[in-house]
Amino acid sequence: MDMIIMAIVLVTVVGLIGAVILVAASIFMYVPVDERVEQITAVLAGANCGACGCAGCADYAKSVVEDGNDVNKCIPGGAACAAAVAKIMGVEAGSSTPMKAVVACSGTCDKTGKKYEFQGIQSCQAVKGLYGGDGMCKFGCLGYGDCTRACAFDAIHIVDGIAKVDRTKCTGCGACAAVCPNSVISIVPEHKRKPVVLCQNKDKGPDTRKACTAGCIGCMKCAKACPKEAITVENFLAKIDQDKCVGCQICVKECPMGVIHVPGAE
Amino acid sequence: MAVKLASIFFTMILVDNYVLAKFLGICPFLGVSKKLDSAVGMSLAVTFVMVLATAATWPIQTFLLTPVDAAGELKWDMGYLQTIVFILIIAILVQLLENFLKKFIPALYKSLGVYLPLITTNCTILGVTILNLDNGYDFIESIVCAAGAGIGFLVAMVLFSGVRRRVEQAVTPKCFEGLPITLVAAAVTSLSFMGFGGIVDAIFKV
Repeated sequence: MDMIIMAIVLVTVVGLIGAVILVAASIFMYVPVDERVEQITAVLAGANCGACGCAGCADYAKSVVEDGNDVNKCIPGGAACAAAVAKIMGVEAGSSTPMKAVVACSGTCDKTGKKYEFQGIQSCQAVKGLYGGDGMCKFGCLGYGDCTRACAFDAIHIVDGIAKVDRTKCTGCGACAAVCPNSVISIVPEHKRKPVVLCQNKDKGPDTRKACTAGCIGCMKCAKACPKEAITVENFLAKIDQDKCVGCQICVKECPMGVIHVPGAE
Repeated sequence: MAVKLASIFFTMILVDNYVLAKFLGICPFLGVSKKLDSAVGMSLAVTFVMVLATAATWPIQTFLLTPVDAAGELKWDMGYLQTIVFILIIAILVQLLENFLKKFIPALYKSLGVYLPLITTNCTILGVTILNLDNGYDFIESIVCAAGAGIGFLVAMVLFSGVRRRVEQAVTPKCFEGLPITLVAAAVTSLSFMGFGGIVDAIFKV
């Protein structure tokens, strides 16, 4: 019994001495910390997604206070967060357009097929390493859900063979775009009328047709129809310049393959 | 006496190098060896904590946990508290060092980042303090051994940060990029240290 009490006393005494030393040290070597850093960290989204370009939320808060970083960089937090940070810093929030992830692939199971049966590790990264993926189209969504696993907001899921973004949950942090081995996902400013080409296939028209019935064949119809010359076709793939686009949606009607859509409207 | 101390010191650096021969402290070895200056800073911090921890734990073990009376009999045996008490002391020392760096060397504090609090659970430090006692070293020998272990850590870190710079410039196969090729490089560096086996004994004739 004595030994047990002695052991407890010994550890407690060592701990207490240490505590006293540490308290003394923290008073003696006190470093003033800017309170705003902690306040800003508290109002940020807290996902540590890195969309702002910093190593995490705390790091971003620090860079706002110390290096004068912009207050509206927190994409998951959106406008409310930018306003809160601006209030702490005492500056104008500026505008912050919400960004959303867009999966540029229309190749659902009924539109395209498999090249071979894949039975390895169930990840896009793995299947991509084997003959460029198991899909007929080597540019499209692989459908093994690397993006789903990367998403901190449960906003992207594999539906009918391709990734589908839940636009109410998506914060536009870009974690999914970073892990997609085919770079199918891009982060696009949210707009109710501006369309996007939902295909990545850079093969010639006939090859694209063989792989998928919903692929951009590079027919140039949209580019000719666009009144603002916002659409360019490069490598048999149309691309819409979001800055030039006015949202007239003529291209949506013109596309013979039906791959131009306004994200979120379908 | 001096010969024995020198022998212990150089053995710890070359033959029994904690990182490359005993494989303790691999986490900071891989984590902080990317840049030379932070590698040196980390090693110096580890060396400092090591010596300090040894200086604090040796008397505690000898006079509090397992004290011996004049006849050479154990007065009481609380050796089982060794790990918990040692970790407590190392944690206190690391926290002290963290405060110190934050105040006086903020640049180093920043570059060490999360690895500084991780020194608390750095197994090299606990390893050094416990192995000193297991080897039956007296106080001076323990301190010299801890300093040698720290310098050995420094040598390993500096050498490896050089190796790593080369590795990063080299073209590696995609599947080996990053940590895998770093581990291979670490293994080769460790293997090269095996070549020092017996050298210290031969020089100091002990």
